[in-house]
Amino acid sequence: MMTTAARLPPFQRFLDAHSEDVLRYLVASVGRHDADDAFQETFISALRAYPRLPAGSNLRGWVLAIAHRKAIDIHRARGRNPVPVAEIHDGPQRSPPAASPAGDGDHWQRVRALPARQREVLTLRYAADLTHAEIATALHCTEEAARRAAADGLRNLRKELTDVAATA
Amino acid sequence: MSLPPPELRPGEAAALAARTAARAADQGIAEVAYTTVDSPVGRLVAVATPRGLARLAYELENGGLDEILDDVALRLSPSIVEAPARLDPVRRELEEYFDGHRQDFDVALDWSLSREGFRRRVLQECALIPFGATRTYKDMAIAAGSPSAFRAAGGALGSNPIPIVVPCHRVLASSGGLGGYTGGLERKRLLLSIEGGSLAL
Repeated sequence: MMTTAARLPPFQRFLDAHSEDVLRYLVASVGRHDADDAFQETFISALRAYPRLPAGSNLRGWVLAIAHRKAIDIHRARGRNPVPVAEIHDGPQRSPPAASPAGDGDHWQRVRALPARQREVLTLRYAADLTHAEIATALHCTEEAARRAAADGLRNLRKELTDVAATA
Repeated sequence: MSLPPPELRPGEAAALAARTAARAADQGIAEVAYTTVDSPVGRLVAVATPRGLARLAYELENGGLDEILDDVALRLSPSIVEAPARLDPVRRELEEYFDGHRQDFDVALDWSLSREGFRRRVLQECALIPFGATRTYKDMAIAAGSPSAFRAAGGALGSNPIPIVVPCHRVLASSGGLGGYTGGLERKRLLLSIEGGSLAL
């Protein structure tokens, strides 16, 4: 523990450096309402594991992978429980799509409704700005699979937006 | 097609981070908590573990906050969070001391940043020197059980991780001179004057 601990920055510095990235990612992946709790859970989990973290770890990728697991937990819990109406009803009658006052852009609501793997890849790629290689590590898949899921997700989003425009 | 990341409100992430840090300290998940305390002898960095106050550092004399925390991360644990509320008792006692309303500190101390053996014994003896009194380096060497080791006693006091609360400023040279001080002699003089010593030094 001494040798690895010696090279880690004080946790507070790590928290300050990544809090915006983690929150942005969580707002995109689980929505505003659950992002605060997920944020705290993410960094509490990170803190518990922190002293044993290997030296030279990619701290940003590591904490976003933890945030990703918290997001999965929330999506699974929603799968078991009724989803709040506001989360799903953004159909044509509520269009045109625009950023909500809270800044949680409408496109992230659409991303959250995509199949799990596409949702995960798009949030990690575009809200967390991870590389496809980092995403592959976080999702335990190949880089190629991550790229494919991202492309599929974007195609689905584009199709949805076209449908919305057609009905509007 | 572009997917711009969600926008955050200004200060939103920082406020959440502060709440998380406070929770980590309250629940004992963080092994070390710190805060900064303004005082008449300059800004101090106070660092505590669940056992007690482990470090009170003169911020500027020790290379600034980052350097002080890096040192604590290396020697104690990197599980460090900023948790001002966790250090409120220390802050309050320091304020009372500098306002002239407190002579003894009651906060628990964590000695783990001072090397076990002679050094720690010297510092623990030093913690017993009453407000307003002074001792010599030789007195401290004797008290710690090595009467001839007054130079080493000076070294031990110079490495005091908890100055002010462990009052190494009350230890002077046998010649009557001020000796040295971890925070510089100006601060030593100021602390002694707070304690009412009419020092012709």
